[in-house]
Amino acid sequence: MGNRKVSYYQGMRYQGGGPMLAWILHRLSGLGILTFVGLHVIASFFMQQLGSDWATFINTLYESWIFQIVAIFVVLFHAIGGLRIAILDLWPRFLVFQRESIWLQWLIFLPIYGLTIFILIQHALAGG
Amino acid sequence: MHSRTVQPGLTFEYVMWIFTRISGFGMVILALIGVAVAFYLGARTQTDLPTLLRWTFFPNPNHVINSEIPDVTLGWANAFWQIMQMLMVFFAATHGYNGLRTVLEDFIAPSFGRAFLRGAIFTLWLASLVVAVYVILAS
Repeated sequence: MGNRKVSYYQGMRYQGGGPMLAWILHRLSGLGILTFVGLHVIASFFMQQLGSDWATFINTLYESWIFQIVAIFVVLFHAIGGLRIAILDLWPRFLVFQRESIWLQWLIFLPIYGLTIFILIQHALAGG
Repeated sequence: MHSRTVQPGLTFEYVMWIFTRISGFGMVILALIGVAVAFYLGARTQTDLPTLLRWTFFPNPNHVINSEIPDVTLGWANAFWQIMQMLMVFFAATHGYNGLRTVLEDFIAPSFGRAFLRGAIFTLWLASLVVAVYVILAS
C-alpha cells in the first residue's frame, strides 16, 4: 500500500467517470462536514463561555445564507450518497446497477438541493 | 499494491463498518424527526429556511433563538431535544472521525505514524464529545 508506483500526474489522468466523481465527492463532503462541525462545536464552546470574538465570527459566518448554500450541498450530497451506499451494501445483488444508482442519486439530489437554494437566494435577495 | 486482507469474525474494522451504516441511517432519521416536530411546533410561520435547516442538523435552542418563535422554552428546549442532540453528536462525531481515519489510512501504510494518528483521532473524538455534551447541557 505504501509504495504505489503511480505518479500524481498519472492519477489525475485516471478516467473514473460518474462513480469516481461520486466517490471523491463523498469523501470530500465527509471531510468538509467534519471540519465544519468540529470548528462549530469548538467555536460554540468559546462563544458560550468567553464571548470570544473569533468564535462569534465563525458562528456568524456559518449562519449566513451564502455559507448555508455550501453546507446544504455538502450535507445533502453526503446523506443521499450514504443512503445509496448503505442500501447497496444491504442488497449486494443490486451492485451491478451501480452506475444507474448514481444517476438516481443525482436525480434525487438535484431537485431537493435546487429548490432549497432557490428559496434561500430568493429570501436573501428580498432582504429576509 | 495489494488488496486489503480481511479477517473473519467481529473485528474493529467490521464493527466500525456496520456502525457507519447504522449511524448514517440514524442521523437521517433524527433529522427527519427534528424537522417534522419543528413543523408541528409552528416552524412554517415562525422560522426562516436557514434557521429550520440549522435546527434540522442539530436541534439546539441556540439555533432558533433569533427567529419569530415567541418563547423557545415552550417545546423547543427540553430534555427530549437534549437527548436528540446527544444522539446526533455521538453518531456524527463517531461516524466523522472514523471516516477521517478511513481516508487517512488509505494513504498511510501500517507504521508508527499511523498508530500515532489513530491515537490523535481518538483523542480528538473524545474531546469533541466532552465539549459537545457540555455545550448541550449548558444551552
